[in-house]
Amino acid sequence: MSPSSAPVSEVPAYNPRNYLNSPATGLRSWLTTRDHKRIGVMFLVATTFFFAVGGLFAMLIRIELLTPGPTIVDAMTYNRLFTLHGVVMIFLFMIPAIPSGFGNFLLPIMLGARDVAFPRLNLLSFYVYLLGATIALWGMIHGGADTGWTFYTPYSTQTVTKVVPILLGAFILGFSSILTGLNFIVTTHTLRAPGMTWTRMPLFIWSIYATSVIQILATPVLGMTLLLVAIENAFGWGIFDPARGGDPVLFQHFFWFYSHPAVYIMVLPAMAVISEVVCTFSHKNIFGYNAVAYSSLGIAFVGFFTWGHHLFTSGQSAFDAGIFGVLSMFVGIFTAIKVFNWTATLYKGSISFKTPFAYFVGFLFFLVFGGMTGIALATVSLDVHWQDTYFVVAHFHFIMVGATIMAFLAALHYWFPKITGRTYPEGWGLVGATLVILGFNFTFIPQFLLGNEGMPRRYYAYPERFWPLNVASTAGASVLAFGLVLILVYLLVSLRSGPVAGPNPWHSRGFEWFVPSPPPPENWEVTPVITHPPHDYHHAGEAPPGGVEPEPRHAS
Amino acid sequence: MQASPLAHHFESLEKQAHAARLGMWLFLATEVLLFTALFAAYGVYRFLYPEGFAQSSRSIETWIGFVNTLVLVTSSFTVAMGLDAAVKGNGRRTALLFAASVGLALVFLGFKAIEYAHHFQEGQLPGRYYTFEGVQAPGASLYFSLYFLITGLHAIHVIIGMSALAIVGALAWRGRFTGEYHIPVELAGLYWHLVDLVWIFVFPLIYLI
Repeated sequence: MSPSSAPVSEVPAYNPRNYLNSPATGLRSWLTTRDHKRIGVMFLVATTFFFAVGGLFAMLIRIELLTPGPTIVDAMTYNRLFTLHGVVMIFLFMIPAIPSGFGNFLLPIMLGARDVAFPRLNLLSFYVYLLGATIALWGMIHGGADTGWTFYTPYSTQTVTKVVPILLGAFILGFSSILTGLNFIVTTHTLRAPGMTWTRMPLFIWSIYATSVIQILATPVLGMTLLLVAIENAFGWGIFDPARGGDPVLFQHFFWFYSHPAVYIMVLPAMAVISEVVCTFSHKNIFGYNAVAYSSLGIAFVGFFTWGHHLFTSGQSAFDAGIFGVLSMFVGIFTAIKVFNWTATLYKGSISFKTPFAYFVGFLFFLVFGGMTGIALATVSLDVHWQDTYFVVAHFHFIMVGATIMAFLAALHYWFPKITGRTYPEGWGLVGATLVILGFNFTFIPQFLLGNEGMPRRYYAYPERFWPLNVASTAGASVLAFGLVLILVYLLVSLRSGPVAGPNPWHSRGFEWFVPSPPPPENWEVTPVITHPPHDYHHAGEAPPGGVEPEPRHAS
Repeated sequence: MQASPLAHHFESLEKQAHAARLGMWLFLATEVLLFTALFAAYGVYRFLYPEGFAQSSRSIETWIGFVNTLVLVTSSFTVAMGLDAAVKGNGRRTALLFAASVGLALVFLGFKAIEYAHHFQEGQLPGRYYTFEGVQAPGASLYFSLYFLITGLHAIHVIIGMSALAIVGALAWRGRFTGEYHIPVELAGLYWHLVDLVWIFVFPLIYLI
């Protein structure tokens, strides 16, 4: 289609027939929908809710740690709080948020498909998520668990708290994750538009694809492991109980065989988002497409052979520890490949410093800083000193949580116009980004220092010499929480009264920006034929057939 | 006639069948990994308690396991024959062969139930419920924990697979499938072969060694 055949003015700014209002608008039509976009939006709403719940637990933890002794809750409640914070944030927010939320919404559009391969399984995935979340929530309300989110045996098999429903909840949530991953892999293999070769796929899809592979291969093992702990706790079958000949360390192996790759289930989707954001906001195609694409698969592959670095102090032989340490550092190599290519993309780009770009900058900082402390922790002799201290807590909050939240917020702002058809206030967006990035740093940099001085994680009380840094951390967490609430408020206001965005407010060349905003139920009017890679700013002015005409590249 | 089996987001029936097949194979991979965790635990504990595991393995009836192996392999054969009939467009024949497979699955479960009843009488039970006098070597109760976990999970899969075969068989009887469109027959068959294949590993691990 040439630019003259469809002038820009013919494209309505707010698509009147979109997935939000057709085929119907009632609650029933949402609950029985098979439209991947609606399912994605429902996942986004649910995961955002649990993000708030997990954040509430985090604030209670930080307030409790404001003073060295008891502050607002007793020790048992504190143990429950940090367990529930971890469980909610990991299983209910970070694992599903980007793949099941944004991935669902965007993957078929980016591939030029009408839907995912198995729309009914996709809806089932959402209900399985709700079921798992409900069971876990029931357990939390009726007592909660005090084991930490890692459920380490033998404590988790003996605790009197309600650990069984939470284990079952996590077990069920795993199936939601498996269903989504399976759907994405099959969709990517079978529903690419004509001309969409593997190396023309948006990098978002490469990373989501790598995530899906991990979800499929690691989650069943975790499911079985959690089930074994639940059986052990409820019936005493002895699998992990040393009193009956069981081996608690076997649990650690099983658990981390999933849960270390699970870190990449959380981080790879973040990298997926960042690869899109960096192209759009520097108006330049990615530097080193193949390197970024294959490094995602590299991380997914190596991620399966690093779990032993969680067991450096669990009686693992020094030889094994050394091997696992070196393998863990390979992840750093693949991550560095991405970081160098993202930064090289900026070079000579036409950068517009919008809110998503601010989160990209924050993401780079957390990823590099968190990643480097990860290399340090993979060094066995150093890890023995830092094991189970706040250094580890700060490390994984930087790399896993920091990076994921940055990407989640970047995605929320970047695709907000596509999902809702409206824009958010850019000024408030930058204020929110500043508060969140600064707040996050002020929360966790003190924790690096605390850990290095030897403060153990999960302790209810601490010596007075750790007091000032804990106050600093709580102050940082308050800024972070304030920033997040601010973002929630202006996004909710923008939902109703934000200015209409138009199909492509960022002047992006990503494929999803060629469909109207909000997209129609069938995504593309006719199946597009892809003739060039995504984010090909050399071909500005051309759109794949079936898409709307992109606006001319802005002049600045 | 019912609506066309082609969903709106696929361009051809062939591509839809390819997607369904790929999805099923991926699902089977997750099933294999589910069992792998238990097999890995079995390997670790067998290594830690070779004597207890060997004695416990000898204390259960090998012939039941052997007969059940024959029953399951035969049922896989009838499923494969059923798929062959479906490819040739003979839905009735598919239905009859699948019914035979369901019958064999019931025989398998029957033997399993006899075996479980025997274990309950003898006290060959997991963990803290273990009261069997015959084997006192350390690790025996762990053997029976893993025994019930592995065979129990497998039995659940037999029930699921058998139900799938029954449903697909009923649809085949009503003429829902043609020589061109019979993907549910193929998928149910794939699942059943996995159930069979897992047992091929369970039998030597639990009964023979």
